[in-house]
Amino acid sequence: MSHRLTSIYVPRDAAALSVGADAVAAAIRAEASRRGLPLRVVRNGSRGMLWLEPLVEVATDAGRVAYGAVTPADVPSLFDAGFLTGGPHPLGQGLTEEIPFFKKQERLTFARCGVIDPLSVEDYRAHGGFRGLENALAMTPAEIVATVTESGLRGRGGAGFPTGVKWNTVLNAEADEKFVCCNADEGDSGTFADRMMIEGDPFCLIEGMTIAALAVGATAGYVYMRSEYPHATETLRHAIRLAYDEGWLGENIHGTDRIFHLEARVGAGAYICGEETAMLESLEGKRGMVRAKPPLPALQGLFGKPTVVNNVLSLCAVPIILDRGADYYRDFGVGRSRGTLPFQLAGNIRQGGIVEKAFGVTLHELLYEYGGGTISGRPIRAVQVGGPLGAYLPPAQFDLRKDYEAFAAQGAMLGHGGIVVFDDTVNMARQARFAMEFCAIESCGKCTPCRIGSTRGVEVIDKIIAGQDVDDNLALLDDLCEVMLDGSLCAMGGMTPFPVRSAIKHFGEDFRPTTASPSATGIRAGDAP
Amino acid sequence: MSIVAEHARQRGALLPILHALQETFGCIDDAAIPLLAGALNLSRADVHGVVSFYHDFRRTRPGRHVVKMCRAEACQAMGADALLDHARRSLTVDAHGTTADGAFSLEPVFCLGNCALSPAVMIDGVLHGRVGPERFDALTADLRAQDQAEDAR
Ligand SMILES: Cc1cc2nc3c(=O)[nH]c(=O)nc-3n(C[C@H](O)[C@H](O)[C@H](O)COP(=O)(O)O)c2cc1C
Ligand code: SF4
Ligand code: FES
Ligand code: FES
Repeated sequence: MSHRLTSIYVPRDAAALSVGADAVAAAIRAEASRRGLPLRVVRNGSRGMLWLEPLVEVATDAGRVAYGAVTPADVPSLFDAGFLTGGPHPLGQGLTEEIPFFKKQERLTFARCGVIDPLSVEDYRAHGGFRGLENALAMTPAEIVATVTESGLRGRGGAGFPTGVKWNTVLNAEADEKFVCCNADEGDSGTFADRMMIEGDPFCLIEGMTIAALAVGATAGYVYMRSEYPHATETLRHAIRLAYDEGWLGENIHGTDRIFHLEARVGAGAYICGEETAMLESLEGKRGMVRAKPPLPALQGLFGKPTVVNNVLSLCAVPIILDRGADYYRDFGVGRSRGTLPFQLAGNIRQGGIVEKAFGVTLHELLYEYGGGTISGRPIRAVQVGGPLGAYLPPAQFDLRKDYEAFAAQGAMLGHGGIVVFDDTVNMARQARFAMEFCAIESCGKCTPCRIGSTRGVEVIDKIIAGQDVDDNLALLDDLCEVMLDGSLCAMGGMTPFPVRSAIKHFGEDFRPTTASPSATGIRAGDAP
Repeated sequence: MSIVAEHARQRGALLPILHALQETFGCIDDAAIPLLAGALNLSRADVHGVVSFYHDFRRTRPGRHVVKMCRAEACQAMGADALLDHARRSLTVDAHGTTADGAFSLEPVFCLGNCALSPAVMIDGVLHGRVGPERFDALTADLRAQDQAEDAR
């Protein structure tokens, strides 16, 4: 009679690795062999409770029990405490799925992330994987598109465009060839959900893209990865090879006569290549210059052919929609924001990570109930939502509900769901300066307001910070913002004014050094002379 | 030019080829540009335009270790600016520069996808989280020690 081997989970997610997960896995293996205890170490994705990484889990009869954050030095004491059967230990977090941060979430997209071995097709299948694709293989393209449309899914890459509507345009375009391109450029600071999905559940993306291909009649696809994510790229390429080996990609998908070829391509450190037309240029091997629209990429996209461009999270929502049905997905959310969004808590936050919730959750809940406030222990002064082009919000707006329309009504945007937290030592004039500097460095250079305006913006803010003619320069800055808003082809130049103007509007004291709070002069409390 | 041959059948092959060249030779040499233009049926100006557009492609070889240091917002919120200053001082190098002994190149970048464990640094493709000045010094000291051990052999 043989016992089933105890399974220990140690994440291989890049964030977990960044705080020592490999060393912890090695220490567990070494200690187990020293004690003559056979066990199986699974390298899973992350559960998204990043402050607890490396989070080690043990499979017990009651469920998976979590320990975190574990260092190699803790490993002998974990064995002494009987962690292989879920024994108590100072790092013990109880049952993983009962941890309050996790328990209150609605995990649809991230359901498998951190649960399964990301590079096991068998594990993926055992957890509902490829069921959506199997259903799609039995449907007509129009039926697949209709299901996605009915689900209410909107693009998760920032603009919130209805995914089904986009697919329908590609489906109805006549062409000898069509493409599906996944935008995995994830350049926004404060966002890492795309990376975590690709590292933690890559087959989900492969399945979503294959369904998209069936829906529109595409036979080839690309995932545009950013070069800052070498680990995710390696994981995805490995998963693509496995999917080919097991007949889920290639000439005869799952034994049918349907064809889909998929390849991962790597960008080269240009933020603007997250903009979909710049991404297509880059995939074609060119400079990442934004194209004028029309023509829409849906009609003339990659190599001039009709192309679906979707964000990782949009495509990763598709399998569950095809598996459980449009209604199941649409029943989450509020108003015209349906389904769930994986929010990402980042920056100065005690409990940073992934919070997947239905639309409608407030910023306050996310920051305090999930995030637990700042890690510095100081009050939150500002949060930036939606990446470097997103507005800075003060605490007075933390009761804002997270849905596309509520945010738009406030001149803010949800973007890719990233929330970056700053405590009261932040100097908002410096943050405004950074927004302009970022635009100056990352502009594709096509429009003058974006290219030159942002450089001028940095200079003007420098003068304001130095206290020169503050009123005149603030007026000049506002004019500059207006010109950028009106005269830019894409949101890079067109939205850089959002963080700048919101900083001035809500944190005006930081732009007037004479009447300023200590933080505005760059002196932090505690380091007074 | 086996690298070019390997990728020539791919569509939009220029970026994959440039990545492969840089991976092998450390940078994109001036001499490669006419060769690539010829092989891919592009003008030299096209190839040059692509190489210069992207921050990643370098024209000169970097130091032995490439330190990518995030200076985007989530890392700023946890002291990235101070960390960059510290790195400049402790390595005696400017941003985008290489140390005199050729050991380290310091590259400020925008976001490494580790924004909940900021400040983040990537050294030779390996990501590190929660990197304060002390941890940074320990990481770079380890690499120097490894290099010395290798050189001694
Ligand atoms: C400057 C800029 C950067 C962008 N970066 C990204 C990105 O990193 N990832 C992404 O999915 N979309 C990004 N977008 C949005 C894309 O242009 C596009 O709307 C999106 O990929 C469409 O996919 P979706 O409908 O699934 O969201 C960016 C847009 C702009 C203007
Ligand atoms: S707004 Fe800026 S990034 Fe966008 S197309 Fe114009 S120059 Fe390029
Ligand atoms: S400008 Fe590209 S890394 Fe600094
Ligand atoms: S902002 Fe530094 S890792 Fe994302």
